[in-house]
Amino acid sequence: MSEGLLASIYIAASVLFILSLGGLSNQEKAKRAIWYGMAGMAIAVISTLGSIAFVSEDSLLGIQNIEIIGAALLVGSVIGIIVAQRVEMTGMPQLVAALHSFVGLAAVFTGINAQIVVESVHVLGNNQELFGFAKKIVSKDAVELSILKIEVLLGVFIGAITFTGSVIAFGKLAGRITSKPFKFPGGHIWNILLLIGCIVLGYLYFVGDQGVDLLVYVSILAGIIGILLIMGIGGADMPVVVSMLNSYSGWAAAAIGFTLSNDLLIVTGALVGSSGAILSYIMCRAMNRNFVSVILGGFGGSGEAIQSVGGEQIAIDADGVATLITDADSIIIVPGYGMAVAQAQGPISELTQRLVAQGKTVRFAIHPVAGRLPGHMNVLLAEAKVPYDIVLEMDEINEDFPSTDLAIIIGSNDIVNPAAQEDPNSPIAGMPVLEVWKANQVIVSKRGQGTGYSGIENSLFFKENTRMFFGDAKDSVNKLLTLIS
Amino acid sequence: MRVGTVKEITDGEARVAITPDSAKRIIKLGYDVAIETGAGKVAGFDDFQYEEAGVSVLSSADDLWDTSEIIVKVNPPSTGEVEDLGEGKAVISFVYPQERQELLDLCASRKLSMLAMDMVPRISRAQKMDALSSMANIAGYRSVIEAGNNFGRFFTGQVTAAGKVPPAQVLVIGAGVAGLSAIGTATSLGAMVKAFDVRPEVAEQIESMGAQFLFLDFEEDASGSGGYAKPSSPEFREKQLELFRKVAPEIDIVITTALIPGVGAPKLWLADMVEAMKPGSVIVDLAAEKGGNCDLTKPGEKIVADNKVTIIGYTDFPSRMATQSSLLYATNIFHLLSDLTPEKNGMPFINMEDDVIRGATVAHGGEITYPPPPPKIQAIAVQPKIATKELTPEEKRHEELVKFKADTKRQISFLIAGGIVTALLGLVAPVSFMQHFVVFVLSCFVGYQVIWNVSHSLHTPLMSVTNAISGIIIIGAILQIGTLNTTILVLSGISLLIATINIVGGFYVTRRMLAMFQRS
Repeated sequence: MSEGLLASIYIAASVLFILSLGGLSNQEKAKRAIWYGMAGMAIAVISTLGSIAFVSEDSLLGIQNIEIIGAALLVGSVIGIIVAQRVEMTGMPQLVAALHSFVGLAAVFTGINAQIVVESVHVLGNNQELFGFAKKIVSKDAVELSILKIEVLLGVFIGAITFTGSVIAFGKLAGRITSKPFKFPGGHIWNILLLIGCIVLGYLYFVGDQGVDLLVYVSILAGIIGILLIMGIGGADMPVVVSMLNSYSGWAAAAIGFTLSNDLLIVTGALVGSSGAILSYIMCRAMNRNFVSVILGGFGGSGEAIQSVGGEQIAIDADGVATLITDADSIIIVPGYGMAVAQAQGPISELTQRLVAQGKTVRFAIHPVAGRLPGHMNVLLAEAKVPYDIVLEMDEINEDFPSTDLAIIIGSNDIVNPAAQEDPNSPIAGMPVLEVWKANQVIVSKRGQGTGYSGIENSLFFKENTRMFFGDAKDSVNKLLTLIS
Repeated sequence: MRVGTVKEITDGEARVAITPDSAKRIIKLGYDVAIETGAGKVAGFDDFQYEEAGVSVLSSADDLWDTSEIIVKVNPPSTGEVEDLGEGKAVISFVYPQERQELLDLCASRKLSMLAMDMVPRISRAQKMDALSSMANIAGYRSVIEAGNNFGRFFTGQVTAAGKVPPAQVLVIGAGVAGLSAIGTATSLGAMVKAFDVRPEVAEQIESMGAQFLFLDFEEDASGSGGYAKPSSPEFREKQLELFRKVAPEIDIVITTALIPGVGAPKLWLADMVEAMKPGSVIVDLAAEKGGNCDLTKPGEKIVADNKVTIIGYTDFPSRMATQSSLLYATNIFHLLSDLTPEKNGMPFINMEDDVIRGATVAHGGEITYPPPPPKIQAIAVQPKIATKELTPEEKRHEELVKFKADTKRQISFLIAGGIVTALLGLVAPVSFMQHFVVFVLSCFVGYQVIWNVSHSLHTPLMSVTNAISGIIIIGAILQIGTLNTTILVLSGISLLIATINIVGGFYVTRRMLAMFQRS
């Protein structure tokens, strides 16, 4: 397959990828757009395979390994389908993190391979019949080779951080590692030292001739940075972490694209990278925190005294909640991570259907950082068959609370904390929150009297129009289902 | 233990402290409940209703005083009533301890406990037992009804075949609980309501009830503690009266509710303002009991001034709606009993560490415990008043212009900075690199434009689909796998495998998720 034809197919694939991302602007378009993405990927992979299949058998770096390619594609596809079929929607954050780690690892391997090829081409000199990547390297001059080294270095560095960071994120999201921020003694000093180590090794690699082992060392140090960074971030900051890793996996792919002089990789990497970056930005803005402070971990306060929250939490039982729900005409449900943990989305959907059948207005309000993944709540509710047109985002619904009879909070805490607006010294001051307390009556379904991720008291629980409905969210809603038909 | 209530002996008092409903709830606290026969009759609750609720009906007040450990009432007991009470018994009622030193002394000497419903502190958690607010709410409602009864016209404006009726103009002075309730009632009847209060922070509440806040341009904040007003300076008062004088001729109904704790009712509606009003207008003075806000008010009476303005000075508004006020008051009493009985075992525990109970208790264990120390919790969070001035259209336009200019400046400086970086790169980098760099920058740009349009609800599918397409790194592996070098073969083989998982898994799970999004 000629290079020109391959390039044109890559253009087509790029366009299809852009369309598949653009289609996500609405649910119906998205269902079509996903096929564009698949088609783009299919033609890109098939044509790349075609491009190497027609190289002569006796070329040094020619094609001898079509069986291996076939086996990898087959096994990978089977594993991919099984995993994707089996994953619970509550487990999406883990799956996404795991997939990020794959991209990171692949980037590291590809970068190291590139260096091996560069070195072997160096040894062989210019007198061999080469093809593909090796041929491209032979034609490079000294400056281009230097740039290539920087590209390889970046790809390996970012890839390694993405890999280990995603593995840790996966562990935290899957509950195999504690999700609490874990501070190493010495804190970020280690990260700085490791970074300096990477720079020194990178410089040695850049000026030297041989460098595979140096690249391996860089990737190991970068990997440790990834571990330390993500260990220090916890709980509700995970949406930022996951979208940041998403972004990194894109940049790693783009760096590899530069290395291989492959425009399709560059385009795709840049798309994914900017997508992740924007998501991180949206998540940070939704928490009114700055990106750097999230990445450096921990929740910082302004140091001044936080307003103490006084008063009494008024508990309510299922009968009381059922009465309030029956009396209300308009209801807004605010789900949070606690709903995902308790797997309460099914009963909630059932309750919603019954209430809608009674002629009540029931809507859902989703805060951008509810859950552990951007858009996590929407997916869970969609899985439970809650129609998406009654699931609204914060900006769409916030001003409706004053005219709402009843707000039901299920498993969310910080995102409905009035302190964000009322107490300038609160660690979450200025964070946009759902103004649930403006509703006529508020019910909070909660496991116990603990605080949210930020570790601060929620004055909502002490408001006079708030009733606390203690207990596991799923059990609580199931109890309501027996009382409301 | 027995909780009992007697028939009120105060003249004209129709309320009762226990209703059949509240009795059922008190019994659940572990108490035995008794009433004097006929105690609820005037309020609309017959003896048999009580009996059905499980209450013992006793034939005489003396029996009740003798057999009950806790006596709940509406009005303060007379000294005669408590004189013969046994040691350790408790009385719960309105007490007004500042005016009843003798009663307090008597309770102390007889080692009685006395809890005053009017002393329940005004903090959030005690709202459920705040009987003053319950009663004020009723008084506010009733004041409008009384005014309507004495006012010869409609409240609401109408255009009928027989002519046009202008809406009644109502002025409410003092936007406490009673004032706000009066505002709500009057607006829902269709009147045009104006309201005034010395505390500027209640403007929002007034407006939320549908009235217009009469704004007094004067630098003084008269908010006292606990959400009550404090006395104002003479200059302020002058300004205020001037404002009232100005609006008096156009007002049909005035409802005054101004009270300052410990000081009584300030005179706010003077004789000349009454004179300035149109004949047929009505003034309802809810502060009549404390002397009245209006010069001409006669407490307990309705009078008609020389210019045919009716001035109502009744002091028993809640009692005029005895059923409603008994229901609310009995619920307040129940909540206090419930707080006194945390174990629900019918044994009251007067916990002097508890802010609410401490505040309400005026005599206990042989001592007078009035006045209470200030509550530990700030009554109602006083929000620092932020002066938000309504912007004029020009100011708004100006602000937008400034913002737009700042935006432009930022955008241009970004472009210049980006241009310089690219130019510097172009100076050193070879053409082959720059070609790819162009592609990279443009792709970032396209990505930026496209991603901002993605719906928030689809962020998870966005992540999984970007995940799938970042599996494009498989192309790198494919290009490298054709080799004899074992290391390269192994590494690129693994890359190929995991990138495939990525692509297939990512697309499949995205597809699965998107299929779940259904319209209703």
